[in-house]
Amino acid sequence: MLLLEMILNNFDKLIYPLAVGCLLSLTASLLGVVLVLKRYSMIGDGLSHVTFGVFAITLGLEFIDPDLSVFVVIPIVIVAAYFLLRLGESQRIKGDAAIGLISSAFLAIGYLVGSQTGFTRDIQSYMFGSIAFAGADQLMIIAPIAVIVVVSFIFLYNRIFAVTFDENFAKAIGINTRLYNMIFACFTAVVIVVGIKIMGSLLISSIIILPALSAMQVFTKFKKVMIASALMSVGCFVLAFFLFINYSSGASVVIVNLICFVICAIIGAIRKKLAR
Amino acid sequence: MLIKFDNVQIGYVNKVICNNINLEIEDGDYITVFGENGSGKTTFLKTLVGIIPELKGKIIYDKSIDTKSIGYLPQSINVRSDFPASAFEIVLSGCIKRLKFRPFYTKKEKDFAKEVMQIFNISRLAGRPFRELSGGQQQRVLLARAYCSMKKILVLDEPFTGLDPYSVKQLILTLDELNKQGITIIIVSHLVSAALECSKKIVKISKDETFVGTPEEYKRKEEEEYAAVRNDIE
Repeated sequence: MLLLEMILNNFDKLIYPLAVGCLLSLTASLLGVVLVLKRYSMIGDGLSHVTFGVFAITLGLEFIDPDLSVFVVIPIVIVAAYFLLRLGESQRIKGDAAIGLISSAFLAIGYLVGSQTGFTRDIQSYMFGSIAFAGADQLMIIAPIAVIVVVSFIFLYNRIFAVTFDENFAKAIGINTRLYNMIFACFTAVVIVVGIKIMGSLLISSIIILPALSAMQVFTKFKKVMIASALMSVGCFVLAFFLFINYSSGASVVIVNLICFVICAIIGAIRKKLAR
Repeated sequence: MLIKFDNVQIGYVNKVICNNINLEIEDGDYITVFGENGSGKTTFLKTLVGIIPELKGKIIYDKSIDTKSIGYLPQSINVRSDFPASAFEIVLSGCIKRLKFRPFYTKKEKDFAKEVMQIFNISRLAGRPFRELSGGQQQRVLLARAYCSMKKILVLDEPFTGLDPYSVKQLILTLDELNKQGITIIIVSHLVSAALECSKKIVKISKDETFVGTPEEYKRKEEEEYAAVRNDIE
């Protein structure tokens, strides 16, 4: 009862974090299905470190109003996403090594610059996330992105299927796979930049990867995996939001997602056994 | 003549793989491509289907076709083994160019995909998850997908890799049958004896000169080379 009362009393304060979190979970989980299946899931992880570094630098050097820093960080992270993708395609440096290289470089530079100028006030929230940071300005960015992603996943479903399943075949029949990869990278970049304050740079990639993995344990069709991933992701967020209202939002969302994954894995295993 | 290679050089931006490829592909041909590992067989096929551009020279396509209307079966390494999709969804994805600018498939495309599955004798697999099929069944599904996307030409990159002898034989028979119906087949394979039996032309790729000839000519060349090597040793 106490919890319910608290929620009702603070409803106007909770509505922005709840809306931002739900839209973020929805967008991240849809992109996550594609990224996980394309073996790009580590790109999300790499980008989150890049985002942390760039945020730390912009805040540390104080050349821009902290509220506007998002608009500087998003383009930089999109450029980083482009290079991560291109590095992944190149033969000389393998994709995973490239991601390791870039993410540790940005983490180190960001931390150095940040600690020189004393930004420790925010450091924990950037690492592990805090839902209190979500406000109207975050909603203004994530809402259009969520609409664009959902609409394009519905109308480009068949093309996304082809590009995700077999890039070489898609290329051969004339689909511009590089354009699709770039668009996925851009959306991922925006999701990470907006989500990093809520989820934290160390945990943000989990809301991209975990719902997709959970859905793939149970479902065997692409469309069902997409829908299940989206529903589970939003569900887990809402659950974590209300159950662990006093804890770090990033960690609690990950924990609920993990529990969901374990349940899905068990259902998947039982199903496989029954099928035999 | 469907496709003509005129002094073509293939490779990537900073790495030439093969020079001076001259080849004519006729309507109804059955061409097997040989070559050592790393000699550029896959690069050759990728250039042929238009995934990567030729570096020098020119590939001339007949008016009736373009690179997008070649059915392509990539090397199986590239296929996601855990991908959540039914066999039917994958065959249907071969029809994607028929969509033009529409977002969704209509009954027409779905019926076509079902028909193609019948041709390849995989109708009963339609609803099964792709990742649970055997290697041979997966290869037939991917072949059906390639068939959906093509006009006249099928290009296959090592389709026999990882298949058991029975599946290999079935696949060879299917390809033979398709060729008899007038479909041009270009295939990379390591199965020399089967290739010599079915093919009309053999292409052997190596860095500086590419051999093109009938299976008889290829056999003669190989025997001569073998004899020359033996003479050297003795």
